[in-house]
Amino acid sequence: MAGVAGPATGSGAAGGDGDDSLYPIAVLIDELRNEDVQLRLNSIKKLSTIALALGVERTRTELLPFLTDTIYDEDEVLLALAEQLGNFTGLVGGPDFAHCLLPPLESLATVEETVVRDKAVESLRQISQEHTPVALEAHFVPLVKRLASGDWFTSRTSACGLFSVCYPRASIAVKGEIRQYFRSLCSDDTPMVRRAAASKLGEFAKVLELDSVKSEIVPLFTNLASDEQDSVRLLAVEACVSIAQLLSQDDIEALVMPTLRQAAEDKSWRVRYMVADKFSELQKAVGPKITLNDLIPAFQNLLKDCEAEVRAAAAHKVKELCENLPMEGRETMIMNQILPYIKELVSDTNQHVKSALASVIMGLSTILGKENTIEHLLPLFLAQLKDECPEVRLNIISNLDCVNEVIGIRQLSQSLLPAIVELAEDAKWRVRLAIIEYMPLLAGQLGVEFFDEKLNSLCMAWLVDHVYAIREAATNNLMKLVQKFGTEWAQNTIVPKVLVMANDPNYLHRMTTLFCINALSEACGQEITTKQMLPIVLKMAGDQVANVRFNVAKSLQKIGPILDTDALQEEVKPVLQKLGQDEDMDVKYFAQEAISAVAQRLRKLDFPVKDSEEPSAPGADKNHFLRPRGPGEDTGKVLPLISRHKETEWLEWLPRRQQRQPSLGVQVQPRDQHISCT
Amino acid sequence: MSPGGLQLPPVSLGGSPRSTDVPSSEQPELFLKKLQQCCVIFDFMDTLSDLKMKEYKRSTLNELVDYITISRGCLTEQTYPEVVRMVSCNIFRTLPPSDSNEFDPEEDEPTLEASWPHLQLVYEFFIRFLESQEFQPSIAKKYIDQKFVLQLLELFDSEDPRERDYLKTVLHRIYGKFLGLRAFIRKQINNIFLRFVYETEHFNGVAELLEILGSIINGFALPLKAEHKQFLVKVLIPLHTVRSLSLFHAQLAYCIVQFLEKDPSLTEPVIRGLMKFWPKTCSQKEVMFLGELEEILDVIEPSQFVKIQEPLFKQIAKCVSSPHFQVAERALYYWNNEYIMSLIEENSNVILPIMFSSLYRISKEHWNPAIVALVYNVLKAFMEMNSTMFDELTATYKSDRQREKKKEKEREELWKKLEDLELKRGLRRDGIIPT
Repeated sequence: MAGVAGPATGSGAAGGDGDDSLYPIAVLIDELRNEDVQLRLNSIKKLSTIALALGVERTRTELLPFLTDTIYDEDEVLLALAEQLGNFTGLVGGPDFAHCLLPPLESLATVEETVVRDKAVESLRQISQEHTPVALEAHFVPLVKRLASGDWFTSRTSACGLFSVCYPRASIAVKGEIRQYFRSLCSDDTPMVRRAAASKLGEFAKVLELDSVKSEIVPLFTNLASDEQDSVRLLAVEACVSIAQLLSQDDIEALVMPTLRQAAEDKSWRVRYMVADKFSELQKAVGPKITLNDLIPAFQNLLKDCEAEVRAAAAHKVKELCENLPMEGRETMIMNQILPYIKELVSDTNQHVKSALASVIMGLSTILGKENTIEHLLPLFLAQLKDECPEVRLNIISNLDCVNEVIGIRQLSQSLLPAIVELAEDAKWRVRLAIIEYMPLLAGQLGVEFFDEKLNSLCMAWLVDHVYAIREAATNNLMKLVQKFGTEWAQNTIVPKVLVMANDPNYLHRMTTLFCINALSEACGQEITTKQMLPIVLKMAGDQVANVRFNVAKSLQKIGPILDTDALQEEVKPVLQKLGQDEDMDVKYFAQEAISAVAQRLRKLDFPVKDSEEPSAPGADKNHFLRPRGPGEDTGKVLPLISRHKETEWLEWLPRRQQRQPSLGVQVQPRDQHISCT
Repeated sequence: MSPGGLQLPPVSLGGSPRSTDVPSSEQPELFLKKLQQCCVIFDFMDTLSDLKMKEYKRSTLNELVDYITISRGCLTEQTYPEVVRMVSCNIFRTLPPSDSNEFDPEEDEPTLEASWPHLQLVYEFFIRFLESQEFQPSIAKKYIDQKFVLQLLELFDSEDPRERDYLKTVLHRIYGKFLGLRAFIRKQINNIFLRFVYETEHFNGVAELLEILGSIINGFALPLKAEHKQFLVKVLIPLHTVRSLSLFHAQLAYCIVQFLEKDPSLTEPVIRGLMKFWPKTCSQKEVMFLGELEEILDVIEPSQFVKIQEPLFKQIAKCVSSPHFQVAERALYYWNNEYIMSLIEENSNVILPIMFSSLYRISKEHWNPAIVALVYNVLKAFMEMNSTMFDELTATYKSDRQREKKKEKEREELWKKLEDLELKRGLRRDGIIPT
């Protein structure tokens, strides 16, 4: 760094034009050597600024050599450096000088940490495109060769990712050399390098001449596919897709299929898993004829593999496989060759297999048509709807739309109902949450009548669930239902039930009324909101629990935009003003918030809004945890309990505090979430 | 697989209590036959199938174990390939996927190997074979080759701790008896570790392999080969970065200390390596690092200590002021170690200035009274060691803090200026301000 001046040499360092404003740059350069990693990191991230200030020449002659020397830093700094250098071509003087960036990146491509190395390779690939063909051969290709013949495995793995970017633009002689280097990495004695080479094999094949693919890539592929380590063999399966895409049918049959067949029956389940996982890609790459002859039997074996992992991966692909079969004879083939295996999987011993199948099986109905669906698939759907594992049932229910298009949902509704009811009451709240999320979809497909008759009561029951997340989802669900079924339906079925809860002895349920009103008011429109909901909200302003009162303030703010000015002026304003005088800090705070929001709407009105009155007394919020939970208790603050609550509530509450929205003001916690969780 | 191979009637082998059943002249042939029979593999996932045959294979394996232990002259040249074949058939298999999605050895119960009733006896038999007085490595090396070792090493990923324990003994014996395989074994262990650190972070047998390495390192000849030093710096040190360090830390620290006892000049790269990978967020790992560092300091030579004391005590100063009291406590315990204390005392003019501000600050600020008490003792020790310097540092503490604050402020201003500069440059580029 001797050349690049520190702050001592002052402004002279920065471009030599005597511009004092460049002094910070000198300091920045100095910071690159600071002891504190974070400061070095900050500085490295401003590297482009430094380079810009130094000018292209000094960047090339001073900054880059300095950076090349510092590559003994922490990985975090190196990562930032590797990333920066990828976009540095302009800063060193354009494509003619792009090769100046190679030395630091070459060092970075040899470090141990994978993340850093990968980033360096990414940047090198980017820069390679900016090289002229001459510079590429003069500078870039030699770098690739050096890396490919490095001592430690890290440089050789990095080299693997660089062959495909320099090959297309190299001369014939150099191309030969590049292929030679790649070949030797494919048989490297370190498995890490072979893995890297195997994972780049497909990419490299794509840029090679067809002859070389056949004469060189295929033998490499065959070797890697029979490597002693399964972690290498499974990567060859991926390459298989790219290679097959390049070859004619006959060549695929002769050069690729023997290896692929072997992979599908590999003794390691990881390799078989990979075949199952890549099945759709393989199917497309080898074409319909080979699919019928080879892949279908292989797929059947994968569906009854001894490892559940493999069966699940194959089950996931059932629908795609069927979709991609040639139209001609597709139905027969599925019915005869695939369906029997699927039937077995429905009663598999492993729940992941069943669940994977359940996530795609409904898709078969569109492919097989109405009659086959009713006769053959429906029994399977019904069996899965009764599965002991909730995920299987959920996956069936979440894909109902596919069946709906083909046979209509009525066929299923009799079995559907018990399944839904059971999921709705599942002991795991995440299962309940998942089924709630499908309710709007189900409602749309089952129709209003069925819904009112069978499902409405479930939706209302969720509103009083003991888990907050469920109650929250239930309110959102109501909103979506109203959007679907219209306001009239809402007025008749939902709104009355919600409003009754305003008198519930449990304050959590009373708050749920408010949350529902927040969610429903917009969908229901001005009339229902003003006439039916507003009076209830206003009445609740006198609730004895502070949590309810400040939620009244929040609700009023929320529904304000829907109400007309008369209602705002005559009804909302006085209540908010009263709440603004509440003895409770938070009620006051939210009332003020609401007042200013409402005031903005009623600009002509003269509301006294004082921002400075935001409550900020420290500790005030703590007391809210001592608030009586039941009705009839006093709202006074029961101080002696602090110590008891500190242990339990306080701990739970702490993380919430960090989630607080900055706009809420400094001291106020969104307590509603917290308390209702308990 | 069909169990049809076990068609021979149960016959007793020599060496077992029923040795009178077969005349000793026929025993070698019977031994080979039994070995062949035991190549048949049974499905233990199906608990009801082939119960009789499973039991027969179990008793046959037992006979084999007894026979190889007691009989003399049983290891003829032609038995070697059959023994290795039987062992390979039984133990080499692709390990099944883990039952739990992300197997966490600290949380989850390991899946035990279902075929253990047979597998255990096969391992037992193989170890007796390797340990037999008649065992001749020169014959066995034709069959126990690189490929065999590679497959053996892959089995160390087994979730079953019982199997890994047997594997440990097997590999140790092989390393001891087959000189030609030693370099290969070390290299393959290297590869497993590197893959573990940089690719998967998952391998169940790291602790067992390290345990074997501990004894291997112990036997390294001096001066150490470059290969071994590279192994220390490029493999063992990076192993510290892995998330599941706690599962093999004791074995790892043992290996490190072994290296340093062999060659003290490695102290500097090792300690710098630990500093580089010092945990930033995981307090549990920090405590482990501190423990290992103390083990290293226990054997450090004073000449080496001087070389690394600065970076070392900068780190210790950070640990001492950690808000996590276990970290702070672990670091402060160094002052209970007599040898470390003597090193600190000798170099107090360097160490005291590094430690002072942290100690002084926490003595006033730390939330945990136990830490404050410990810090107080440490400060007292320093005061006794070097009272002049201590007084000086106390006197300049305030002004030093102010200087630091000032520097911080300058830095902030620098960044602000920089933003202005960039902004101006951007405007200039866009032609808003003429250049």
